[in-house]
Amino acid sequence: MNNFQYTRVSSPAAAIAELSKDPTAKLVAGGTNLIDLMKYGVMAPDKLVDINHLGFNEIKKDNGTLHIGATVRNAVASGNADVLKYQPLLSQAMLSGASPQLRNKATMGGNLLQRTRCGYFYDISAPCNKREPGSGCSAIEGYNRMHAIFGASDTCIAVNPSDMNVALVALDAIIMVAGPKGNRKIPMADFHRLPGTHPELDTTLDKKEIITGIVIPDNHLAAHSTYLKVRDRASYAFALISVAATMDLEGSTIKDVRLAMGGVAHKPWRLTAAEEFLKGKTASLENFNQAAEIAMKGAKAYEFNAFKLKLAPNTMVQALKTASGIKA
Amino acid sequence: MSKKHLENADMELALSRVDGRVKVTGAAKYTAEVQLPELTYGVLVESTIGQGMITALDTKKAERAPGVMAVISHLNTPGVPEYKLQNQDVIQKQLRVFDSENIYFNGQPIAVVVADTLERAQYGASLVKVVYAKGKSATSLENNLSRAVMPKKTKEDYMRGKAAAFKDAEFQVEEEYTLPSEAHHPMEPHSIIAWWEAADKLTLVDKTQGSQNTAAIMAKSFQLSPQNVKVISTYVGGAFGSALRVWPHEIVAVLAAKKVQKPVKLVLHRNQMSYMVGYRPHTLQKVALGASKDGKLLGISHESYGKTSMYEEFTENVLAMTRMMYDVPNIDTKYRIVPLNVSTPAPMRGPGEATGSFALECALDELSYKLNMDPIELRLANYADQDPDKKMPWSSKYLKECYQLGAEKIGWDKRKALPGAVQEGEWKVGYGIATGTFGAFRGGASMKATFKPDGTLLLQSAIADIGPGTATTMTIIASENLGIPVEKISFQLGNSTFPKAPQQGGSNTVATVGSAVVAVCNNLKVELAKRAAKQKADWGNAVASTIRFKGANLVNTDEPSSKIEFASLFGAESPNELVITADAAPGDEKNKYSFYSFSVHFIEAHVHELTGVVRIKNAVSVIDCGTVVSPKTARSQSMGGIVGGIGMALTEELVLDDRNGRTVNASFGDYHVPVQADIPQMQMMFVNEKDPYLNPMGSKGLGEIVIIGVAPAVANAVYNATGKRIRNLPITPDKLI
Ligand SMILES: Cc1cc2nc3c(=O)[nH]c(=O)nc-3n(C[C@H](O)[C@H](O)[C@H](O)COP(=O)(O)OP(=O)(O)OC[C@H]3O[C@@H](n4cnc5c(N)ncnc54)[C@H](O)[C@@H]3O)c2cc1C
Ligand code: SF4
Repeated sequence: MNNFQYTRVSSPAAAIAELSKDPTAKLVAGGTNLIDLMKYGVMAPDKLVDINHLGFNEIKKDNGTLHIGATVRNAVASGNADVLKYQPLLSQAMLSGASPQLRNKATMGGNLLQRTRCGYFYDISAPCNKREPGSGCSAIEGYNRMHAIFGASDTCIAVNPSDMNVALVALDAIIMVAGPKGNRKIPMADFHRLPGTHPELDTTLDKKEIITGIVIPDNHLAAHSTYLKVRDRASYAFALISVAATMDLEGSTIKDVRLAMGGVAHKPWRLTAAEEFLKGKTASLENFNQAAEIAMKGAKAYEFNAFKLKLAPNTMVQALKTASGIKA
Repeated sequence: MSKKHLENADMELALSRVDGRVKVTGAAKYTAEVQLPELTYGVLVESTIGQGMITALDTKKAERAPGVMAVISHLNTPGVPEYKLQNQDVIQKQLRVFDSENIYFNGQPIAVVVADTLERAQYGASLVKVVYAKGKSATSLENNLSRAVMPKKTKEDYMRGKAAAFKDAEFQVEEEYTLPSEAHHPMEPHSIIAWWEAADKLTLVDKTQGSQNTAAIMAKSFQLSPQNVKVISTYVGGAFGSALRVWPHEIVAVLAAKKVQKPVKLVLHRNQMSYMVGYRPHTLQKVALGASKDGKLLGISHESYGKTSMYEEFTENVLAMTRMMYDVPNIDTKYRIVPLNVSTPAPMRGPGEATGSFALECALDELSYKLNMDPIELRLANYADQDPDKKMPWSSKYLKECYQLGAEKIGWDKRKALPGAVQEGEWKVGYGIATGTFGAFRGGASMKATFKPDGTLLLQSAIADIGPGTATTMTIIASENLGIPVEKISFQLGNSTFPKAPQQGGSNTVATVGSAVVAVCNNLKVELAKRAAKQKADWGNAVASTIRFKGANLVNTDEPSSKIEFASLFGAESPNELVITADAAPGDEKNKYSFYSFSVHFIEAHVHELTGVVRIKNAVSVIDCGTVVSPKTARSQSMGGIVGGIGMALTEELVLDDRNGRTVNASFGDYHVPVQADIPQMQMMFVNEKDPYLNPMGSKGLGEIVIIGVAPAVANAVYNATGKRIRNLPITPDKLI
């Protein structure tokens, strides 16, 4: 690990000023991802700006809309009564991630920005376009079991590893951001990006901006929500495939539905076409199977992840079954 | 009828670990936690290619970095004297540390940076620049089977009766099974502190399964007189076979300490635990079984191909169980190893047999379906009443009892012969069973006892405790022999200067060291009786087996009136303590009996239809390990075996990138050992019948059989649930959808 400076700021403006002053400075919240990456030599900021004291540690409710501060811990948010009542999907997704110890440290903002778990990204002896643009991608012809089936490019096939993000994109969350030019709101669907020709950029957040919080608009989906994560062991493993499914049911008719997948793309993957197909239809196995088929259009596998082409639709069907409560 | 066997509830009441409190409170200091004045820190630089040569090594920047005291590599190593005495051409031994520019595997230690703090050493290590001439590395087992060789120490393939006899049988199974490499990943990473107390005197605090073995190897490597090398290894946080030898990082620490003339601490990074201290080798097996329609096996053919390194032949007993487990007239086995650009594997819990039993016990399960016969019935139809390999009687064998107890406990009658027939909601339910066995061994050991007038007893042995609870077991043996309460007995271990003991490995500690405890206790009693006879003549007839300590007295149970305060038996020459030693060694029982422990594992697995997720709902292990001396720690051993077996079956796999031999999932986040949520309700049962011949306690070995057979039981349960036969472990969800 390189030597670095550490500074603790007490206002968003001060944090933004530090980032503007020093292009290699990095914000640190829970530190569970950044410090790891520094130990592996993947990231080497000259300065760490501690943002744990900005007062972004509250969860507020405005009618049914939730405002979750950027430094609220994942453990706190997932157990919060309003989150459980209004957005149980988010709680389920967060609780399926990492371990209790990590969730005690991990923050909302840090989770949004956690970096890929591609093994080659972590191994500084391996070429990796995300870590070192232009060096090549070791995964495309390497061990790519955990890698993308949607939206990859020939520069990078990594996936976004977060569970929370999958729920947030399904819930149409809005990321609240502050920067040198003032505040702005980024819809969750536009927050993460596909690798394209710039896999080094995970998100559309500017280097000088900071996340202040997340807003989740009210909806009628709470009664039928499931986050289903399939992984190599029962806990404490990243998703092979995960599916966030939540719907508004009237009898057995689907009035509204949201679907997103994790473990499949460089960003949490919203399944809009499948949603459109299901809206207004009956919650039935047949319709779920068809929706899954629609969702899988355009999927492309690599040497070690072909199983995802089957596991993804299967997981989606199971998530829909569980969320809707249908038996067959 | 009183029951002899032990179940969970019986064991909960038994003595807890005598060192449990210091371990859970952190008072016990493991190697990496030991602090010494002037301690320095070593961090390894490793190769990032799998095969080739170092053409340039630039250490200047590292040497100039703050706090760095030395950068040592093949360019400036003080050298390992033993290497000069060895033949340079044949590489048939441990990797020679910093001995040349050659690279044999990815992750090979090529330099060490020593600094005054760990962080500075780490930073220094990151500054070492290496230039290589890259060769083409070969690491895939499947693609390199043509390189397979018969190990040098094997003279010929095994054959009993006729080769390939299975082909004549009415019912046949012929399949291939693969097991990936598995890391030991004990909780405590390998660590060492080395310092030279004088130019010819070396002391180590080291994680090892044998302090005396390490001392002897270090003495040989550095050409020191054996009494000038001391190894301390008081606490070991698990090892599973990974600390049975001296590894390169240990030699590095000694070299570094020589260079900087200060103590050097070197702790492996978790990732390095995947390729620097051995692993269970990736192995491909071909098994063929032939049986008549009543299930009687006619022939077994079994071949095994395992990975080894380019510089050393690693072998293990993959095929031993096949040769002795069942009563089969015709058996042929073939064992080959494939030298590749990998580090040398190491024995890992249930070495060989855990691998072999996976193939054998799965193949038997496959046969049971072909025969439409219950898998337990099939095993009973081929039950061996004597060792069919050595043609000798078993010393003891209670395997039938194991099948029976376990079948009742798990509810074997709930199993349906038709795969996929039992369903609970979206989950398919299946039951599987497999047998395990491992030789029961006993070696030679010595023991020192120090008895004091206050009735306390100190026992000392060089034996390691890598987790089974050795001090606890030995305390119980001494207490039961003498009648001294356990609180008054302490057992010290893990120090090469203590009396002789073997390495802790191969499940022989209780048999070997426990026998030395019995011997020293008997010697103590006889010595005290001798002294007592000077005061009271009736003590002249007392024999060890009838002498007991009771409170402050020594009593002869044959002479109820005899009783003497033992405090009165300390002579003028040593009024404060009585020191007794003893040696214990096996007799010729090995020539008369065949010694094995046995286990049967029962698994209930639930498999999710759509996602292929496997959940083990229930696990029952029933074990014939002779007398259970320490029920609570025995139960813990067995629990650990089930957990390890579930990992082997469902989650664990070391993956190499065959383009350059680098481990892709070296981190603990990516290499999946089972977590709490993977562990089912477990029931451990012991037949608890004495083995009459192996040692005075009647105990056989336990540490290995608790894992041997668990993985095939899981695979068999998964088949029973789904009708899908997975022959390549681990059984991850992708293989079941
Ligand atoms: C072993 C392990 C297993 C894990 N398993 C899972 C899993 O199964 N599922 C899962 O979803 N996650 C998992 N995680 C990841 C975990 O969720 C993340 O590490 C955590 O959410 C990161 O939050 P943090 O606050 O610690 O981030 P930090 O490490 O502090 O920061 C991460 C990044 O975000 C930036 N950042 C932080 N806050 C802000 C802000 N307010 N504005 C702008 N930038 C900011 C930092 O500069 C940094 O670049 C795992 C992590 C580990 C170590
Ligand atoms: S997939 Fe992306 S992160 Fe992984 S090696 Fe390729 S470029 Fe790097």
